[in-house]
Amino acid sequence: MAAPMQRWVGRGRHWTFARVDGGSCHRREAPTGSTSNRIRGRSSVAQQPLYTTQKPRKGEHKWAAVVGLEIHAQISSNSKLFSGSQVRFSAPPNSLVSFFDASLPGTLPVLNRRCVEAAVMTGLALNCHINKKSLFDRKHYFYADLPAGYQITQQRLPIAVNGSLTYGVCAGKKQSQVIPKTVRIKQIQLEQDSGKSLHDDLRSQTLIDLNRAEGQLRVDANISVHHPGEPLGVRTEVKNLNSIRFLAKAIDYEIQRQINELENGGEILNETRSFHYQLGCTMSMRDKEGKQDYRWFMPEPNLPPLVLYDATSLPAGADPQQVINIDQIRETLPELPSVTRERLVQQYGMLLEHSFTLLNEVGLLEFFQNVIKETRAEPKKVTSWVLNTFLGYLKQQNLAVSESPVTPSALAELLDLLDSRTISSAAAKQVFEELWKREGKTPGQIVSEKQLELMEDRGALEQLCHSMMEAHPQVVMDLKKGNPRVINKLIGLVRKATQNRADPAMIKEILEKKLSS
Amino acid sequence: MLKGSVTIKDGCGHVPSLATGDLFFLLAWLLWWQAGHEDHAGPDPPRNVSAALKQGQITPTELCQKCLSLIKKTKFLNAYITVSEEVALKQAEESEKRYKNGQSLGDLDGIPVAVKDNFSTSGIETTCASNMLKGYIPPYNATVVQKLLDQGALLMGKTNLDEFAMGSGSTDGIFGPVKNPWSYSKQYREKRKQNPHNKNEDSDWLITGGSSGGSAAAVSAFTCYAALGSDTGGSTRNPAAHCGLVGFKPSYGLVSRHGLIPLVNSMDVPGILTRCVDDAAVVLGALAGPDPKDSTTVHDPINKPFMLPSLADVSKLCIGIPKEYLIPELSSEVRSLWSKAADLFESEGAKVLEVSLPHTSYSIVCYHVLCTTEVASNMARFDGLQYGHRCDINVSTEAMYAATRREGFNDVVRGRILSGNFFLLKENYENYFVKAQKVRRLIANDFVNAFNSGVDVLLTPTTLSEAVPYLEFIKEDNRTRSAQDDIFTQAVNMAGLPAVSIPVALSNQGLPIGLQFIGRAFCDQQLLTVAKWFEKQVQFPVIQLQELMDDCSAVLENEKSASVSLKQ
Repeated sequence: MAAPMQRWVGRGRHWTFARVDGGSCHRREAPTGSTSNRIRGRSSVAQQPLYTTQKPRKGEHKWAAVVGLEIHAQISSNSKLFSGSQVRFSAPPNSLVSFFDASLPGTLPVLNRRCVEAAVMTGLALNCHINKKSLFDRKHYFYADLPAGYQITQQRLPIAVNGSLTYGVCAGKKQSQVIPKTVRIKQIQLEQDSGKSLHDDLRSQTLIDLNRAEGQLRVDANISVHHPGEPLGVRTEVKNLNSIRFLAKAIDYEIQRQINELENGGEILNETRSFHYQLGCTMSMRDKEGKQDYRWFMPEPNLPPLVLYDATSLPAGADPQQVINIDQIRETLPELPSVTRERLVQQYGMLLEHSFTLLNEVGLLEFFQNVIKETRAEPKKVTSWVLNTFLGYLKQQNLAVSESPVTPSALAELLDLLDSRTISSAAAKQVFEELWKREGKTPGQIVSEKQLELMEDRGALEQLCHSMMEAHPQVVMDLKKGNPRVINKLIGLVRKATQNRADPAMIKEILEKKLSS
Repeated sequence: MLKGSVTIKDGCGHVPSLATGDLFFLLAWLLWWQAGHEDHAGPDPPRNVSAALKQGQITPTELCQKCLSLIKKTKFLNAYITVSEEVALKQAEESEKRYKNGQSLGDLDGIPVAVKDNFSTSGIETTCASNMLKGYIPPYNATVVQKLLDQGALLMGKTNLDEFAMGSGSTDGIFGPVKNPWSYSKQYREKRKQNPHNKNEDSDWLITGGSSGGSAAAVSAFTCYAALGSDTGGSTRNPAAHCGLVGFKPSYGLVSRHGLIPLVNSMDVPGILTRCVDDAAVVLGALAGPDPKDSTTVHDPINKPFMLPSLADVSKLCIGIPKEYLIPELSSEVRSLWSKAADLFESEGAKVLEVSLPHTSYSIVCYHVLCTTEVASNMARFDGLQYGHRCDINVSTEAMYAATRREGFNDVVRGRILSGNFFLLKENYENYFVKAQKVRRLIANDFVNAFNSGVDVLLTPTTLSEAVPYLEFIKEDNRTRSAQDDIFTQAVNMAGLPAVSIPVALSNQGLPIGLQFIGRAFCDQQLLTVAKWFEKQVQFPVIQLQELMDDCSAVLENEKSASVSLKQ
């Protein structure tokens, strides 16, 4: 039926909201792939000012919140999880609906191999135990966009369980410190997506789109609060959160609401809530989607158990088209981000937070590695240029790495010029700006056209320094009175006079020599 | 040896002289009948209709028209919900071309068949005998239907059933009950005349059994050569037994369910109704095999085509007689025929063993829980939104659902949905559904143990007794009747095994009685081979409907409740 969905259920750790826990202050964007815990971290910070407005009673000065996320992620596949019809973003409504998707009587689900492989790969990437045998279940509820009256999912025995994801949150004064965190993954399950209801309030009708391929990520957050050491509180479920920002806001709001409710003598109902984007609050869902069905799961009789193999269990002579080999999928796993980050730190002496930044921007790591390959410059120099100058220009113009006007080769050549002391770093910035204009010139061409080469003639530089000192006697006086910092002013003036072509170190050396003589 | 009304090895008997156990004897029967019941004097007649088609002695169009005419003459039986006359004639025309060009597609090319109205047929209304699907025209063919058409078979129409196949009488569909052709047979009528108490002949007609009663009546009344039924708890074997036919339920997973509107997915199989075992094997050969659209079909190829050898002797066979099937409710006539059948095997050299299937008595209750649970789930899609019936109420979606389902389903279907949802309740799930699944496993294991003890096939009754009159049948409700009528058949569905009902003899009332053979999973061919040997021994008599055909106009005039609409 649906766009294939797999559901990750991350079970929350306890997060303590206490004044003493104010250290983890972080406001930068969460690194990719660590949504759940990143969001929980933010919840705690938002909670703090709220809490301090309350007057703590004795023994009740702490609240702990427990957050678990159900992450519905659409599998990148050509066809749907249980039918041969296509998956395509923004296709016209109901244009990609097979007889099975429409739940015509007599149609049966057929499992999409690609989706199973994707689920196994996700499970491996998240350190899960892959179940060699998993089962499909029917979850029953009546809703207009669920044409069969049930959803095929994996409740009893999902394809992968007991995983974990380690990630870092940025902390410290400048968000420059990365604290490693781990979130536990309860299970990964293959699940059919429901249809999409389009409510037309004007004509009081609802239209159903059974394409079901929209929305790449959707999160349901389960939230409860309790006092540490006491049993967990009653949880609510905030459904259909489709951005990380709203997820964070919804969790913040819901924790605060539950604490307020309880401290005012109210109670928390086990209910489904929705997040109101404009008002920034959660609200009880009064429509049918919010009602829990009273019926339990039933095994899906039309899908036999899903059996996976590994190198040891693979039957001899098995048709590779008929079996899925976990070990084979493991071999095709790309290097995982945590390993890449580790490698960057080891290989290039990079700071951990820089490795995060390199991986968080699509294509940036590859760009960085291509520059490294072609330049003689130090990795630290390359890191600095890629993360500060290059990324800065991209962000300023809201461009993706793939849209960059500067190629890795051009940047590599520029860094070589810098490394060989052909140009000064200030001139290098100028060359970079020229490159950004996409005029098709190489850094070498730009340097020679604009005469940006470093001044090698010491005599001429000494002459320039001398005349600069004569032109600014007051500065020279200040220096001699014992204010060494003003020398920078002279250096700047000389550099300007050379159009950034002089090496600041050499200027400084000449000036100091002349002043002391 | 079998005695009384059973004829064993007596050659032709009163059967038309051409049909000595061969396949497709209808043609011969028709020729004989039309010739004024005289023996043929000319060259040897073809040994079956397939051969007759190949030899050009009859054309597919002629055959199709004869069957269409019989369908009209037997309209009062209410066997068909939809007669696809135009489709059939067009298919016949194409078949005729193939025969003329010497490009016949095989044994089924040009052969009229009927299909139970719970198989999806592209462009042909498929109702499940329910208001819910009245007017529903599927856009695709069930795999089994497509396979029949691919073999050149002619689709005569869609046959009547209990609503959504829930029943054992073919009495509970919106198009009214199906009448058993044997009600009008010479054999039955003559017996009845001997009994002065039986006066009200025409209102005392018999049920076909069910739920595939329409398919059984269609084959039994010679309106087609084979029909598809569905078998979830006995729905093919039960009407086969009551209508004197071969009713075959293949192993679960051997034949695709894609396009069969489900009753219980984990037990449903397409069933085959024919007049002899060889015909069932021909049809099975056309249908069996993996289907990419049904993930529960098995990939291991089993010997195809299903050509059945004629067993010379049965001395290497071991027949199991499950002792738990001997129950007080079993009629003495059926019991005696069962025992004689066992004696027959033994006297022919087979080993006959009493075996035990110890969990048999829990089977029907277990079946009821599992059946209703899946029914509740499967019926959820009928909400009036996308296809089928929708009520006029539009106050809210829930009100629309409720009224649509109230109007669309009969009491039987609604009752099963309610039971099923009760078993699916969180608080009941462990106590009913999970337990029933465990019992199902025990029942399946019973069969495995029996077969592991060396038994090749099991021999049991198919039904408790012969068919009963409609007025008698409806004295009990559907649930009670189903529990009685499925007693010997549903355990096989829970175990996924192949089983076949073979007509054995006529009862004292002149009505057919069938016995059931149960085989090992995927040993369908072996099962049918044994059944074929048995069929040959018992020489079950052909139904004699001449009288009915001769004065059918009179019958039709007397018919008040014939509600079948002859469409197209």
